[in-house]
Amino acid sequence: MAAALPAEPCDAPAAMERSIPQGHPPQRRRPAPWADRLFALLAHGAAWLTLLLLAGIIVSLLFGAAPAIQHFGLQFLWSSEWDPVQQKFGGLVMIYGTLMTSFIALLIAVPVSFGIALFLTELSPGWLKRPLGIAIELLAAVPSIVYGMWGLLVFGPILATWVQAPLQAAFGNVPLLGSLFSGPPVGIGILCAGIILGVMIIPFIAAVMRDVFEVTPPMLKESAYALGSTTWEVVSKVVLPYTKTGVIGGIMLGLGRALGETMAVTFVIGNFNQLDSLSLFQAANSITSALANEFAEAGAGLHQASLIYLGLVLFFITFVVLALSKLLLLRLKRSEGTRS
Amino acid sequence: MPKLCVRGVLAASAAYLMCGAVLAQDVTGAGASFPAPIYAKWADSYHKATGARINYQSVGSGAGVKQISAKTVDFGATDAPLSDEQLAKDGLIQFPTVIGGVVPVVNIKGMAPGQLKLTGAVLGDIYLGKITKWNDAAITALNPGLSLPDAAIAPVTRADGSGTSFLFTNYLSKTNPDWKAKVGEGTAVKWPTGVGGKGNEGVSAFVQRLPNAIGYVEYAYAKQNKMSHVLLQNKAGSFVGPDDDTFKAAAAGADWSKSFHQVLTDQAGKDSWPITGATFILMHKVQDKPATGTAALKFFDWAYAQGDKTAAELDYVPLPATVKELARKLWADNLEDAAGKPLGAN
Repeated sequence: MAAALPAEPCDAPAAMERSIPQGHPPQRRRPAPWADRLFALLAHGAAWLTLLLLAGIIVSLLFGAAPAIQHFGLQFLWSSEWDPVQQKFGGLVMIYGTLMTSFIALLIAVPVSFGIALFLTELSPGWLKRPLGIAIELLAAVPSIVYGMWGLLVFGPILATWVQAPLQAAFGNVPLLGSLFSGPPVGIGILCAGIILGVMIIPFIAAVMRDVFEVTPPMLKESAYALGSTTWEVVSKVVLPYTKTGVIGGIMLGLGRALGETMAVTFVIGNFNQLDSLSLFQAANSITSALANEFAEAGAGLHQASLIYLGLVLFFITFVVLALSKLLLLRLKRSEGTRS
Repeated sequence: MPKLCVRGVLAASAAYLMCGAVLAQDVTGAGASFPAPIYAKWADSYHKATGARINYQSVGSGAGVKQISAKTVDFGATDAPLSDEQLAKDGLIQFPTVIGGVVPVVNIKGMAPGQLKLTGAVLGDIYLGKITKWNDAAITALNPGLSLPDAAIAPVTRADGSGTSFLFTNYLSKTNPDWKAKVGEGTAVKWPTGVGGKGNEGVSAFVQRLPNAIGYVEYAYAKQNKMSHVLLQNKAGSFVGPDDDTFKAAAAGADWSKSFHQVLTDQAGKDSWPITGATFILMHKVQDKPATGTAALKFFDWAYAQGDKTAAELDYVPLPATVKELARKLWADNLEDAAGKPLGAN
């Protein structure tokens, strides 16, 4: 065999070693009879533990939120009143803030991450790939409070002077756009939080996209190139369809992180519990930020229960997002079947 | 290998448990973050002087009240005093430790600290969104001769629930009827306007960054960061600045002899700073572990006797001697062990 395949010399010594008899074959290891069962038990246990934890979290959230659920019911979801003194609570402001900032974050992070992954896998010269890849992964390791401080002290003022003020000057009087840009241009608010979140989730989405782009079989790509495709055509017609599951998975990972991010958002969202306008410059609040800010000082009773209720809502939002992404993937797969 | 691991874990947990047994004599407290620096400093000095250990967790006043009610700590700490009814209901006593103040700070170009004069009513109207410009007639009337910009006021609030917000909103409720009706007082309220910063550092970052902003921070924080504070009109009608003397004057004006439930805002006396407040310790009347209770009392007794200098260094104001005596009397009269025997501080 070794002689038949001279092109693979590294296989040769192993094959030769095997062909030379070396006395008795090694004794078969006798596995302890309980080892397999123990391992299976542990593996099962680990899997069940996850489910148990999840169920436990849901139950304790429901239990903790029970007073607020009884008192406010589902109206909690669309009431924007948040008044700890009068004990009136509604979560609309926080729910809106969470969804809106995450949406802005995705709007920024997805195209940028796609560009990064595309560059790293298709365009980058070989010597740049590794350092750049590592740099992007390092961005993911920056603690979120650093992003928050940076957003508050450095990025906020820049946004206020160079983006918000000119935008207001340009579009302030246009009917629909104007209302998007109304409010004091102080640099903190929904837009700032969204952009910071976008920066924070770029490394996650980019890293996943790069990894899945790299697993596209070179044969497929080379074939497309051989047919005269441009790089863009190869990526959009070959790489993306091949890796869409992974790409959507990466985006969902980023979205999950954006929905749950607390510290950075607290610093830059403005923590204002009222919904006066739909302006992007408006200071608002997010679910996580409200929890972080108010939980420690919330007295037992409706205030605390309402905060836990908010946590439950966030749990639900994350669940819906995950379910939707699974559904999307399922539909993509089905349409794939009909096409071929 | 697995056996070794298991044994290692067992040994480690056994060691941990033993540590726990040794540490059981230590006193644990939790609560307000405002006095946390001074409690930590006191605990450190006390440990050096006596060898006893006091652990204080700065978790927030609300959490402090929760933890002492649940008896997970030996003493709780809160910035907002509990009412006498609530104390009776939970079987707690409370006593003050140090005094601090809340200071409105502004960021107006060219405005030196202590130049701008405001009243509680005007401050309330600013935070209600009724006064929106710095050159509003209500503000210029208080500050003749001061040039105020024709710029929108950017109010900054505390986003996290805090004793600082409690004192500030309590003061506004006392001085501005409209504020009392619409917003009220509390560690967290429904702010009608403004952006919220997290903690004193968050508020001060906003105030220093946003032109024409106004915010409120703890006195020590404003002093250490040399922020531009305002003068406030007190109940007697005179404009005063925040410092040790005006805080002391406010504390002296209160009648502590009936109850320690004293919010020192808007106190009478021509020298009192109107947004002053003491911070409080909560303990159970009946001590299940008398040894720990006694250890805690010894610590506070020591802090009353020896801790004033440290407090002043950290920009807290020590209690008047009369108040300390009242607190010592409260301990002697009220604290007892499970058998009903009084718990002496000594």
